[in-house]
Amino acid sequence: MYPQTYKYTNDHEWIDLATGRMGVTDYAQKQLGDIVFLELPEVGKTVKKGEQVGTVESVKAVSEIFAPVSGTIAEVNAGLAEKPESINHDAHGSWMVAITPADPAEAQDLLDAAQYAELTK
Amino acid sequence: MAVFAGWDMPVEYSGLANEHMAVRTRAGLFDVSHMGQVELAGKDALAAVEHMTSNDAGKLKIGQAQYSGLTTPAGTFVDDLLVYRFATDHFLFVVNASNMGKDFAWITEQATPFGDVSAVNTSARYALIALQGPAARDVLQTLTDVDLGAIACYWFAHGEVAGVRATISRTGYTGEHGFEIFTPPQSAVRVWDAILQADRSADVVPAGLGARDTLRLEAAMRLYGNEIDDTTTVLEADLEWIVGWDKGEFIGRAVLADQKARGLSRRLVGFEMVDRAIARHGYDVYLDGAKVGTVTSGTKTPFLKKAIGMAYLPVARTEPGTEFEVDVRGRRAKARVVPLPFYTRPKG
Repeated sequence: MYPQTYKYTNDHEWIDLATGRMGVTDYAQKQLGDIVFLELPEVGKTVKKGEQVGTVESVKAVSEIFAPVSGTIAEVNAGLAEKPESINHDAHGSWMVAITPADPAEAQDLLDAAQYAELTK
Repeated sequence: MAVFAGWDMPVEYSGLANEHMAVRTRAGLFDVSHMGQVELAGKDALAAVEHMTSNDAGKLKIGQAQYSGLTTPAGTFVDDLLVYRFATDHFLFVVNASNMGKDFAWITEQATPFGDVSAVNTSARYALIALQGPAARDVLQTLTDVDLGAIACYWFAHGEVAGVRATISRTGYTGEHGFEIFTPPQSAVRVWDAILQADRSADVVPAGLGARDTLRLEAAMRLYGNEIDDTTTVLEADLEWIVGWDKGEFIGRAVLADQKARGLSRRLVGFEMVDRAIARHGYDVYLDGAKVGTVTSGTKTPFLKKAIGMAYLPVARTEPGTEFEVDVRGRRAKARVVPLPFYTRPKG
């Protein structure tokens, strides 16, 4: 269900530490329902762990996206913003931004796949 | 599931957008049994109904229904409702579940001076199932002897559906062709299952409160608590078509007549977002930098795939094309007034 190679937050984001790419989890997309809108930051923006990096909106709700780690926005997936409904079909393949981590030690606080699965049980 | 007015309600079944699209292209089935029913009967029933509702119930033939307002002396809404004429001196009100308690108290109070009329809360006698969408008639026709093609918009007929006693009403809250079916509660599940199994090729899907809200928004149908309440007048809500000016006195008429003569200060409009953003219920609306109101309803809807909404604006600025701003979580996003409704079903 949850890729073993990713790390997860209590706020339902995933991050692939190998590439810095992040998105929201399958659990999050199910809670939101039909996703219709995505607001993403500019490349180069610096973010702190737990700070808002964007917004994801479904027909019925608005949800903030938080940075799993501190760092700099290295990439933004503009294609996904054009087709935000992709998140409903493949949440773990739908990366929103890539973050270049400022402090690799921060990643130690993140959940692994088993811990995240337990959290959302 | 979500609790709404004391009812455990399905928000969505297979997904809001899927259900919304099914209603626009095939058919969706809604359980709206939470809606409240009040019946007024007696020789003076018509006079009482004319007194407490804004539309002209005297124009209703037996077997016909109308959208109306249950008005306050200020010309605002106690509730909005459908008024059905069951017989010369027998009417059925269908009201919002969330208002049922206050509505029934208000209706009873208004009816009492009329003498020969009794108001009865009959909500427990009816389950209400809505089948909405272009395939609704063909699907339902397989389950009833009532000639559905002969039921015009806002008319109803009594008969049976799937062997169950039912009143079939050509009404709905989706902007789509369809029917609402009143049945005894103990038989409602039988009717529900029969409709879902009637015609597998039609692919009727169960639809929840979520799709009901986005469908009615596209059709610009007002929602009590959003567009209308006891602070908004019938005219401000741009519903003059439910004011029976010719029928004489009714509660709130004087205020409405005065408002019509002097002109409104604000009116409900429809809008589309110009900037890339979604305006939602409660977001503040700005004109020339000043806050002038709030968004009453708004989202990006599944069929039109546009961020749309409704809001009250100063009447001088309600012309289609007028631009204003919505505060979307701290950012001002541009919106433009457009004519209502957003969606009209294709004729034919």
